[in-house]
Order: sequence, then C-alpha cells, then structure tokens
Amino acid sequence: MHSFEPTLPWLIVLLPLLGFALNGLAAFVAPTRKALPALVAPAAVGLAFVIAVVNFLAMRAAPPLAPVIVQGYSWMPVGSLQIDAALQLDQLSMLMTLIVTGVGFLIHVYSVGYMGADPGFARYMAYINLFIFFMLVLVLGSSFPVMFVGWEGVGLCSYLLIGFWFTEKANADAGKKAFIVNRIGDFGFLVAMFMIFANLGALDFATVFAAAPGAFPYAGAVVTTITLFLFLGATGKSAQIPLYIWLPDAMAGPTPVSALIHAATMVTAGVYMVARTSTLFALAPLSMTVVAGIGALTALFAATIGLAQYDIKKVLAYSTVSQLGYMFIGVGVGAFSAGIFHLMTHAFFKALLFLGSGAVIHAMHGALHHTHSKWDAQDMRNMGGLRKHLPITWVVMWIGTLAIAGVWPFAGFFSKDEIIWQAAARAVGPFHTWFTVYWVMALVAAMLTAFYMTRLMIMTFHGVSRLPEAEQQHLHEAPAVMWVPLAILAALSVVGGWFNIPEEIKRIPVLGWLPGGPWVHEWLQPVTRTADAIFGAQVGALSEASPLGGGEVAWAVISFAIAVAVIAIAASMVLRWQYRPALESPEPAGLKRLLWRKWYVDEIYDVLVVRPLVGASRWLWRWVDDAVIDGSVNGLASGSRGLGWLSSRLQTGQLNTYAFAVVVGVILLLAFVVL
Amino acid sequence: MVQYSLWLSAVLFALGVLGVVIRRNAIILFMCVELMLNAANLAFVAFSRVVGIDGQVFVFFVMTVAAAEAAVGLAIVISLFRHSESVDTRNFNLLRW
Repeated sequence: MHSFEPTLPWLIVLLPLLGFALNGLAAFVAPTRKALPALVAPAAVGLAFVIAVVNFLAMRAAPPLAPVIVQGYSWMPVGSLQIDAALQLDQLSMLMTLIVTGVGFLIHVYSVGYMGADPGFARYMAYINLFIFFMLVLVLGSSFPVMFVGWEGVGLCSYLLIGFWFTEKANADAGKKAFIVNRIGDFGFLVAMFMIFANLGALDFATVFAAAPGAFPYAGAVVTTITLFLFLGATGKSAQIPLYIWLPDAMAGPTPVSALIHAATMVTAGVYMVARTSTLFALAPLSMTVVAGIGALTALFAATIGLAQYDIKKVLAYSTVSQLGYMFIGVGVGAFSAGIFHLMTHAFFKALLFLGSGAVIHAMHGALHHTHSKWDAQDMRNMGGLRKHLPITWVVMWIGTLAIAGVWPFAGFFSKDEIIWQAAARAVGPFHTWFTVYWVMALVAAMLTAFYMTRLMIMTFHGVSRLPEAEQQHLHEAPAVMWVPLAILAALSVVGGWFNIPEEIKRIPVLGWLPGGPWVHEWLQPVTRTADAIFGAQVGALSEASPLGGGEVAWAVISFAIAVAVIAIAASMVLRWQYRPALESPEPAGLKRLLWRKWYVDEIYDVLVVRPLVGASRWLWRWVDDAVIDGSVNGLASGSRGLGWLSSRLQTGQLNTYAFAVVVGVILLLAFVVL
Repeated sequence: MVQYSLWLSAVLFALGVLGVVIRRNAIILFMCVELMLNAANLAFVAFSRVVGIDGQVFVFFVMTVAAAEAAVGLAIVISLFRHSESVDTRNFNLLRW
C-alpha cells in the first residue's frame, strides 16, 4: 500500500498570503479600483481549497496513522529547543483546512457582493485573505509556537475587521474589547506552552504527545494545570464564560466577517486546540470536567440571552456562543470527534444564518437609505413579513434554523445529538454526577435554541411588515453573487449531518434511511485514538443508557420531537405577539429586561474589573509614575541645579576673593601636611 | 643667622599676601605679587648658605620669570586703563555668576 504524499502543501497556506499582498498593494495604490480584489481574493482561497481537496482525496486513499510533517525551515534553534516552521497534515488538520478554505471561499464570494460598494473594499479583501492565511497556519502548524503565531494572527485580523468601520467610535471600541479580552486567553496559552517546555523539553506536537502519557501521571497536578491554562486560552478565543463578552460586540464588523471569523472559523480555534491536545486533556479528568462544565454553562447562559435580543446579529452572536459551548461539552466529555463534527456542521449552518442575516440587513439598509430613514436596519422589531421581498433568503434561513434547532434530517440534528448523547453515555467516570448535570443543561439549551431561532425567523420574515410602505418598495432580494453561496451553504446544512451518522441511528427505520455513515468519527480515529485509549483504560466502557434510562436511539427521537414541538409552540407564540417598530417600543420589563440587558454581565464586569483597573491605573499614573518616578528624576535635576546656583555665588569676579580662597587653601594644605 | 633671614622672608611674604587679598589697585596688587616672589628669593638665598649653590641658581630663574611676568602684567594693566580709565579691580568683574 502506498503512503500518503502531500501535494503542494505550502501553497495552501501561501496562496491566501499572496492574495493579501496583492490586495494590500491594491488598497494602497488604487483603492477605488475594485476589479482586482474582487477577482484575486476569492481566487486565492478557492485555489487553496482545490489543493486542500486534492490532498484530502489522497489522504482518503491512504490514511496515514501518524501525522505527516512537511518541513519548512528551522525557525528557532535555541539550544535544545528546536522549533521548525513546519506543517502537520493529519486527519484533523485536513478536515479543518477543508472547512476554513471551503466556507472561507463561499464567504469571499459573498463579500464581493456585500462589500462591493464600500470604499474600503480592497482593504477589506486584504484583511480577510490575511485572516485565512493565519487560520491555516493555526490549524496546520506542527508545534505549539507555530500554532500560536496563527492564533495571534487571527486575533489581529479579527481586531482589524471588527473595527473595519473605525470612524465610528463604538466599532473601534468593540475591536479593542475583542483584542484585550483575547489577551487574557493568550496569557493562558503562553503559560501552558512554557509549562509543557519546562516538563517535556519540546514544543512540537509529535514529541509532546508521544512523551506525555509516560511523563505525566494520570490526573496529575502538572498536566491538570497545563490543560487548564490551555483551556483559558480556548475560552478567550472561543468566547466561553468568563471571556465570552467580546463576541457579541464583535458584531460591529461587516456581516460576512461575523460569518467567517466570529461564527465559522476563528472562534472554533479553541475547540480545535482542545481536540488537537486531546492526549493531554485525556490525562487530566478534572480539566475535562471543567471544559465540559464551562461549555454547558455557556451553552445554557448564552441561549437565555439570545431569547430576548432584538438585533438580528446579536441573536446569532449569542447563538454562536451557545453552540461553541456545545462543542466544548463534546470535547470536554471526551467525545473529540463529536465536538469537531459539530464544529463542521456549525460552520455550515451558522455561516448560512449570518450570511442570510447579511442579506436581510443589506436589503433593509438599502431601503432605509433610499428614504433617509433613521431606523435601525438590524433591529428585528423594524422587520416582519420580509419573506415576500426576500424569498430565497427566507428559504435558506429556514434551512439554517431547522439545522441549528436539531430537526431531522438537517445537519444540526446529528451533530448536536451526538454531543448530548455522549455527555450522557460518558457519565461513568469519577465526575459522572457532573456529566449528568451537563447533559440536562445541554438538553434545556437545545430547547432554548429552537425557541430563539424560531423567534428570529418569525420576527424577521413572517407576520405583518412593520416597515412603512415607502421603504417596503425599495426592498430587494440579494444579487446572485450573494445568494449562490447561500444556496450552497444551505445544501451543506442539509446533508452535512450525513457525514457522521452513528451506527445505532442507521439501524432505525425511517430516521436511519439516509446515505452516509459514521465517517467523521472513523476519519478522526487516528488523531483521537491515544486519548480514547487513555479514557478506556482509566474510566472504562461507555454507558449504554442515559442516566434517566433510554439509549441513544430513544433520546434521538425524543430530542427530535422536542425540537419540532418547541418550534411549533414558538412560532404560534411569536406570531401572536404584537411587535411595534423599535423607536415606538417600550423597554422590556421584568425577566425579559434582565435577558435583554444580557444579565447585566457587561455592567458587572465594568464594576468588578474595568473600574478597579482604571482606578488602579490612575493611582499608579498619578502616584507611582508622576510623583515617585518622575518626582525622583526631576528632584535630582532641580537639586543639582540648586547646588550649582549656590556654588555659583562663589564666583564673585573679584580678584581679592579668589586670592583669599587660594590663601585659605594653601593654609589648609599646609596644616594638613604639617600636622 | 639663617633663622633671621627666614623670619624676614616670612614677614615679607605675609605682607605680600595681605596686599593681594585686601588691595584693589591693580598695580599695587602687582607689586605685592613681586614682594611675595622676592620673599621667596630671600628664603632661597638664605638656604643656599647652608645647603649649597642651588638656591641662588633658582633665584635667577625666579627673577627671569618675574621679569617676563612684569612685562605681560603691566601690558595688561595698561590695556585695562585704556579701556576704562581705571585700574581698580572692582570695575573688572565680567567673569562673575
């Protein structure tokens, strides 16, 4: 059997970088000419996708058991530490590369339509090309430092794109918030990296994961600390409690950016990182419990906030935070392939939903712009009945909604149910009580997901239009360059789940009669097998039944029924509620107000973190810097000036004085010598 | 015998110092400096009676330097007088603080 040989692996990474260089140049030289960026940016990512597909097919033909390392050059040879700029191609990085370049390509094409009229078009295209480059470095890097370069790079691009319309202060502030909050997570990543090097003396994945099971005792303090710090990094990048607060604000960026960076790819980097370091996490059951717990808490918490938001993008933002929580439940309970599978389907349907909301905002913005209305183009209270005007968007967004709500046979049904089921099935270890709690939380969050997504759809597309007649005439469906990517993503949101249908479900009549099989699970087997082996040896076999009884099949049917029921109930409820345009609506009251204001988390952080920090900084500035440091330096200066002034009084200009001084000096010298 | 000469030399030197410290007329100052030099000469000559001829040789050197100094010094005093019609050192304090 011939082994897997990568085809032009460096081109996958370098093509988007080349696109960035060309578009960046265009942005400087001729920012008004839009043909070049419109062609180069999608083409660079599209070509990278094609190469990725070629490599994927080669890998399918001969799946390698160990990761294939593609050496670049020696980057940091420092004593015993050898860090190479090298790529690592294995099943996990290949899957991520396909998602990043594939979904990235569709969003690039969509951006040509969405951002075509923007004066900063070339700059925008340069940024998202650069983002794809860094994201590929992140997923393809063969060591922690190379991954960290990508990790920081995507953070930079995220910052640049959130604040893309930086002339408005709110947007620039949102960019800064994202950057600063991510710094806290990066600190965790760095500390984890230092600790890994201190304990194992290496930083490349192959060496670390080979040495870890022997070097670290199971559930030891060191490996638990390392993984907890790694997870701190993940909470920053992947917007989990307590560092999720930047993601909803990140919606200040252009909508395709929200779809690409803040839904489909970058925010899933933390999930990828946990799956990548699955060997370390498997050795630290406490960390795994923390990961799953934070994931469950975030999934539930963000879903409750999503219930009461009026901004269409904010709902989707909290939905993203919530779905990322699911992924962390998946990787946290040890079902790494389930987490990665949900990452994949989520990339499809959340990119679809964001791009669909982009089409809605595009139409609303255009209509409101025509009549110079001051209404908010993103507030769902200003919408309603849009399905007449945006039929394609309406259809594809319903597909996305059914997918995220977990309705069979859409993608989310398979991926989300897999995670929920794994949380139940793996409730066998020392922390099984916790796992049971997470399982219940995940189930509740799934119901909330179905509810808030249905509410979004009904408020936006159904019922009577709350937009005045004048504006309604100017509503228009998105152009083909925008709706074709939407249609492709919609198709993927339907069939995406069939890539990983568990054997048990395959056996049910009706529900199992689908093409496909447990492919993703089998595909990722070589990557997760060390972690699975540790889990099997230390914890034991998975449970056949959930803590409340019933097996995988029973709960799949139950959650499907619940999803459909919640959608039906939500639809009938929301249709009955009488919304009025945003400017005429009273502020929500009671519990609704609490959710609408996001549990006042931003305010709490403001009191607990921001203000004390600002106060302490001011104190340090006024006292330590101004008074002590500047004071001592300035005091030294003025002191020597005073001394100089005093001694300058001796220079009288009178010869007699000088002569007297000489005489006194001579007498003193004589006295010193003689006596 | 040497002792008396040295006492005289010391007294003359002290007078010269006193003059330099308290007088303001540039020419007087000048003369006081000469007085100090000659007090030193006297001491040299006195010592040469005890330890040999070296002291007298030194005196010649001192007189030569004093002559040169007198030439330069008096030239400066004349140029000062031409500049401001005065040889009072209190008028020449440009190099003060």
